[in-house]
Amino acid sequence: MSAPAMGTRKTAHTDSSNKKKKGPGTLAIAYLVIYNVVMTAGWLVIAVGLVRAYLARGSYHGLYYSIEKPLKFFQTGALLEILHCAVGIVPSSVVLTGFQVMSRVFLTWAVTHSVREVQSEDSVLLFVVAWTVTEIIRYSFYTFSLLNHLPYLIKWARYTFFVVLYPMGVAGELLTIYAALPYVQKTGLYSITLPNNYNFSFDYHTFLILVMISYIPLFPQLYFHMIRQRKKVLGHVEEYSKVE
Amino acid sequence: MKHYEVEILDAKTKDKLCFLDKVGNIFTFIFTLYPQWYPARQSIRLDPKGKSLKDEDVLQHLPVGTTATFYFRDLGAQISWVTVFLTEYAGPLLIYLMFYFRVPFIYAPKYDFTTSKHWVVHLACMCHSFHYVKRLLETLFVHRFSHGTMPLRNIFKNCTYYWGFAAWMAYYINHPLYTPPIYGEQQIRLALIVFLFCQIGNFSIHIALRNLRPPGSKTRKIPYPTKNPFTWIFLLVSCPNYTYELGSWLGFTLMTQCLPVAAFTLVGFIQMTVWAKGKHRSYLKEFRDYPTLRSPILPFIL
Repeated sequence: MSAPAMGTRKTAHTDSSNKKKKGPGTLAIAYLVIYNVVMTAGWLVIAVGLVRAYLARGSYHGLYYSIEKPLKFFQTGALLEILHCAVGIVPSSVVLTGFQVMSRVFLTWAVTHSVREVQSEDSVLLFVVAWTVTEIIRYSFYTFSLLNHLPYLIKWARYTFFVVLYPMGVAGELLTIYAALPYVQKTGLYSITLPNNYNFSFDYHTFLILVMISYIPLFPQLYFHMIRQRKKVLGHVEEYSKVE
Repeated sequence: MKHYEVEILDAKTKDKLCFLDKVGNIFTFIFTLYPQWYPARQSIRLDPKGKSLKDEDVLQHLPVGTTATFYFRDLGAQISWVTVFLTEYAGPLLIYLMFYFRVPFIYAPKYDFTTSKHWVVHLACMCHSFHYVKRLLETLFVHRFSHGTMPLRNIFKNCTYYWGFAAWMAYYINHPLYTPPIYGEQQIRLALIVFLFCQIGNFSIHIALRNLRPPGSKTRKIPYPTKNPFTWIFLLVSCPNYTYELGSWLGFTLMTQCLPVAAFTLVGFIQMTVWAKGKHRSYLKEFRDYPTLRSPILPFIL
């Protein structure tokens, strides 16, 4: 006659939450390891290409041309990461990943590739170097994590280098977009004017300015999120050593 | 056995002062202890991550033992649906008219307060305005809302959407360099017929849904076709109000031949499909005898 005890409710709750955390299968893990190894290798190729070109030319001016093709290939390849999240083999948000990858792809194709005149700018080198170092660390971090053998050095690098690389990359990106503005305005690149049959207009020049403005709210949020992540990931390791 | 009714009577007159037998009484009780948490923003559930209990749930029927533990969650500042709808819809109505009358600082100064030479632009303004006046009147006199309130931040999100798109569409339709539809009068006439047909259809569905529910009640019933032919679409679709709404905007897109209008129609369609699928699913869950021929929003397709 007595109703079931409240105690059973708790275990039922943890059971259901355990069931939800399925995670990727072995095939998915194998694929992801290959993906991350290939990406690490790709960005290493870009790094080596930059160094060799610098040594050959003796200056860091115009190094973009020496790594243009692998940069486009491997940065665009990162679009697969959106798919990984959508399919569920990577536990990140599709929206967040999509946003990050699209902004990189946008800069690679819609700014640097499309506006030839900015390709010789030093700001391009600034963000290319930032991206290269970041991605080599990031992809090797994922590779080792998937194989459950993450060297502390890689973990430390991943959560420390960004402190300098992130602002460096942002500076390079903003300066590059800024450099592209006069050429976009002059040529009317990617712009549609009235009148036309679809009663629509688009001013790429204004759009680029809005993109630059959007960095103001977005960059601090992403940056301080990484800082908080750093405290969480690297922070408690220090605690353990204190306990010992 | 177990009683979950608490009666408080006046000692002298034996008048009933208060009575606790429904979850709603707990809302009132918490509100008196914590005045910042008015009932609309309270969520009480039996499990911290579970579903909220409803106002009218009877305490005695809850699956609890001799002691009951409820979990409270503050839903945040709430705003009434009526307020949100009125604000959402008044915006586009007024904003569109500002562009139509070419209020200064929108287009080049030589066009201030001029009118378009294309009659389709006047027609479009009438249709757009009619649509939002209809929505406002329906909000005030037709709709019966199940939930009184929604989170406050929704009003900013919703108004940005409606007002933003209204401004974007209105800018081009009322632009001095607007290009009328390619197929001219034929296209506009067809578009107007589609638009009006769907407006009447949408209104018929709203009336039919209203009549399902007696005033002040929150009952849910399966909607069925009525004598009104515009409701016969209920045979094939769970949420024909969305179907007709899509039709109206397709008509408006055809009438204005304007890409931003097409974009607005597309985004609206995606959102309404999500809602229709959800509603369809909850109909299926709640009613064993739910008609199997029905699709959520598009007959046989979606």
